Amino acid sequence: MKKKLLINIANGLLMARWKQTLVAAVGVTFSITMFIALLSFMSGMNDLLDGLIINRVPHIRIYNDIKPNAHQPITLDRNYKTAHHFISSIKSDESRQSIYNSAAIMQAIKNDKRVLGFSQKLTAQVFFNDGNIDITGSMSGVNPVEEGSLFHFDDYITSGKSQDLTKINNSVILGKGLAEKLLTNIGDVIQITTSKGERFQLKVVGIYQSGLRDIDNVQSFASVSTVQKILSKPSNYITDIQVKLKDITQAPAMAKEYEQLFQTDAEDIQTANSQFETGSSIRTLISYSVGITLLIVAGFGIYNILNMMIFEKMDSIAILKATGFSGRDVQNIFMYIAISIGVFGGLCGLLLGFGLSSIIDQIPFNTAALPTIKTFPINYNPKFYLIGMVFSFFTTYFAGWFPARKASKIDPVIIIRGK
Amino acid sequence: MSNTILEAKNINKYFNDPIRIQVLSDINFSVNKGEFVSLTGKSGCGKSTLLYVLSTMDTDYEGQLLIDQEEMPKRNEPFLAKIRNEKIGFVFQFHYLLNEFNVLKNVMLPGLKQNKYSEEEVEFRAIEKLKILGIEHLALKQANHVSGGEKQRVAIARALINDPHIIMGDEPTGNLDKKNSDLVFDIFKRLADEFNQTLLIVTHDPSFAARTHRIIQMEDGKIIHS
Ligand SMILES: Nc1ncnc2c1ncn2[C@@H]1O[C@H](COP(=O)(O)OP(=O)(O)OP(=O)(O)O)[C@@H](O)[C@H]1O
Ligand SMILES: [Mg+2]
Repeated sequence: MKKKLLINIANGLLMARWKQTLVAAVGVTFSITMFIALLSFMSGMNDLLDGLIINRVPHIRIYNDIKPNAHQPITLDRNYKTAHHFISSIKSDESRQSIYNSAAIMQAIKNDKRVLGFSQKLTAQVFFNDGNIDITGSMSGVNPVEEGSLFHFDDYITSGKSQDLTKINNSVILGKGLAEKLLTNIGDVIQITTSKGERFQLKVVGIYQSGLRDIDNVQSFASVSTVQKILSKPSNYITDIQVKLKDITQAPAMAKEYEQLFQTDAEDIQTANSQFETGSSIRTLISYSVGITLLIVAGFGIYNILNMMIFEKMDSIAILKATGFSGRDVQNIFMYIAISIGVFGGLCGLLLGFGLSSIIDQIPFNTAALPTIKTFPINYNPKFYLIGMVFSFFTTYFAGWFPARKASKIDPVIIIRGK
Repeated sequence: MSNTILEAKNINKYFNDPIRIQVLSDINFSVNKGEFVSLTGKSGCGKSTLLYVLSTMDTDYEGQLLIDQEEMPKRNEPFLAKIRNEKIGFVFQFHYLLNEFNVLKNVMLPGLKQNKYSEEEVEFRAIEKLKILGIEHLALKQANHVSGGEKQRVAIARALINDPHIIMGDEPTGNLDKKNSDLVFDIFKRLADEFNQTLLIVTHDPSFAARTHRIIQMEDGKIIHS
């Protein structure tokens, strides 16, 4: 009853000044709209850019690095065990680039509960023959099914089907830049030369576009067995095992563990791509700062409108107090006004923010760098709406609190005397 | 004795701005139930100041104030607000209606605040009060769409809504023409005679004062006759 009466009075004051109130509410609406749209867009953009890397990059890559043997002859000599060794002109040995005992490693990874999946890979350096010209390129042997499910391989196949790599013998998918240089299209047959001088004929079954031009100019894909054949290597010859984890944050620890366990090199995604996380967090920080700044500005709008209202309604406040409303009641009346402006403006802002995000989502955004993206990316995370609502509530609460407090302190005697 | 409504004991008040001056000195008097008292004196003698103290709105004084034989605390704002709501009715020189609401709602507000009766009952009582003052036909008009004399009568109806122990007025007729002043005076008189309502009214008008039951006269912050 008492609350109802105060809300009733607040409503009366609000309606009497509905134009100014609306202006204050529109301020909140505008800032929440921009906050939602900005965060949705920025976060969509972040996801996109991160996805560009994270989707395609394994969480842990197991490989054998080319490096000098840690056990040089002198280190094996007992006489010089404690001495410092100076060895000049040390060379990387011709140790195998393939992963030793890859079948056992893959079995172990398969049984690891923390692993989402893995795919094997091997890489060959080849020359693509185009008449007289040889174009240097790289050919990766991949398993298209696993590559597709774990690393979104299919997202980057702009024409053709990745599955054809296994279905059609001696088939290849070319990077877009490479295909353009070779003037080939799907169905054509191209010729390659291996570093050992052997020639192969391969049928083009797809075009690949990663978005990174340097890669698209040199990269090509074939099935694992095709590349093993090109390199004339046995079927257990694998240079990379790409592991995807259930929880990406475990990657650094698990990479170290695998290094120990399998006696190979293992690199985690955080070490390999540290710069991307920095980029995303800075973009997020900027969006939040802009959004919160907008809200604070809206808060000042509410502060002003309430101050003005209180100044205009001095007489009403004095009479309310004279007839038995306490300072607390008066404060609550003005708090109701502030909060209803905030909640009403905030809710409209959420709706408009959703609308604006949807509109941005429809704007065409075609760039050669991002083949699968047709419109601006938007992340419709409910978190942003929640944060927006909570912030609009708190800014209006604080913006209202000071004027409401002032109103509660008004001395009716001074007002009544002043007449 | 038991029907003393208002009692002032040794009330002193000072203003410190710009220098410390005493505006009320050793005020002692009491008002009994059903009395129609007028408070007069020269301009600047401290009548309004005394009324604000008696109304509990001004707590910056020395001495004791008893309303309904209960001593008023000086530092319990919500309690004093409740006292004003339930036991005191106010009529000021200016009407102070809330322009956002209609006449009926203005009269109802202190009743709704008291929360003793349901909204329907408060509305019924408000219409009763408006009838006593002969302005029930204005009930649904917006507060700023009625004349000055009518506004003052609305303010009296509002003062009556919670059946207060005492009605206090600071020159309630000061802003009205002769006809309306007489009308308001007649209302006060009727309230006192017919409804046994206690009234304490500050006035400058000697003919007004002469027709009340009792005159309290002030000079330089002191009561010289009561
Ligand atoms: N806030 C204040 N600070 C300082 N002095 C004040 C203040 N308010 C009133 N006074 C002084 O106190 C004295 C009493 O004022 P008060 O308003 O009570 O007089 P009054 O009897 O009601 O006069 P009037 O008949 O003209 O209304 C006056 O001399 C006035 O100047
Ligand atoms: Mg006065």
